[in-house]
Amino acid sequence: MSTLAHIFEEAGLATVTLGSIRKQIESTAPPRGLWCDFPLGRPLGKPGDTEFQHRVLAHAFSLLDATEPVFEEFGESLADEESEGLSCPLPPRTNADLHPAVDEVRGLRPAYDRAIAQYGNRAATGRVISADEIEDALSAFVRVAEGTPWKEAGIPGIPARVAQDIRGYYEVAGLGLSDHIPAAWTGTNWFLDDTEGGKVVLSARAAMRDAGEKQPIWFYMAPGDR
Amino acid sequence: MADRDVKAMAESIEAPSFDNVAFTTPPDLSKATVAVVTSASLHHEDQEDFAPNDIGYRVLDNDNRDYQTGHWSPNFDSVGFAADFNTVIPLDRLDELAAQGKIGKVASTHLSYAGNQFDLSAVRMDSGPAGAKLLKDEGVDVVLLTPV
Repeated sequence: MSTLAHIFEEAGLATVTLGSIRKQIESTAPPRGLWCDFPLGRPLGKPGDTEFQHRVLAHAFSLLDATEPVFEEFGESLADEESEGLSCPLPPRTNADLHPAVDEVRGLRPAYDRAIAQYGNRAATGRVISADEIEDALSAFVRVAEGTPWKEAGIPGIPARVAQDIRGYYEVAGLGLSDHIPAAWTGTNWFLDDTEGGKVVLSARAAMRDAGEKQPIWFYMAPGDR
Repeated sequence: MADRDVKAMAESIEAPSFDNVAFTTPPDLSKATVAVVTSASLHHEDQEDFAPNDIGYRVLDNDNRDYQTGHWSPNFDSVGFAADFNTVIPLDRLDELAAQGKIGKVASTHLSYAGNQFDLSAVRMDSGPAGAKLLKDEGVDVVLLTPV
């Protein structure tokens, strides 16, 4: 973003750049930079909080009054928000013949559909596979976790991209199960730590890593600190 | 998963620096046309999805806010955007500021790039200037840049 700010100013556009990572925005030093200590993915801070977003914008646009390059810090930090956690009820097993993750996906479908109806499909599924194909994708990752080489397991696309759709399915289902918009990362943590689907994705990722597959193939199936 | 851990990883990525800082003086904000440019890999449903290392941009229609993220990085929270697109591209807030007369108007066009870029030379030489020209031609005065 900060790089684009320099380019756009050169072209005669006045810019205000929000930054989530202090070191990055300080290093690239856009003409008008506002560091906001918010979680990655939430540059305006709080989803659904109109007043908070307006406070961010008011500070950002105030930088347009500067007569020379300026860098400031937004006064409210959301850095510790992730500690709130997300607690969602998981569906009970309904079909013992199915893999637990597949059974779980079916049980979460009403919550997923409810969230899609309320919020739309902005970050859920559809990069590679639809919601109807999540079961098959998870089944493919189960085979990888059990030792099948990933190219022979029937993964319906680039593993990282398929994993994003699975994560999106769960995170949006979690949105449908929650009575509020979850704090940053709590949907991801719930998926990876608490659900059968998350365990399958992480197990497949570990199996690919242990099999010596190239790092870019498996690494991006989950956040980098996993 | 902790946000600070992911940020710590990102801090190690070398950031470009600029010897000369261009500085454009904007018109009065109450008369300015404001656009948003984000690195959230947003696109409309009927647009081409972003490819890995995609240095291009997608043109976002202000009147059709069905934006989806096509970001390849798993290293950010996407639930905030899933629940409220203003978390990333605050167009409803800009509408409100325009109605209050605090900004002139909201641009008819916004842009999205892909944020997970390690080699920015093509953006600096090609898609960055092209996006700037597009916005200039649309009459944009002020650009709010939001990172993902």
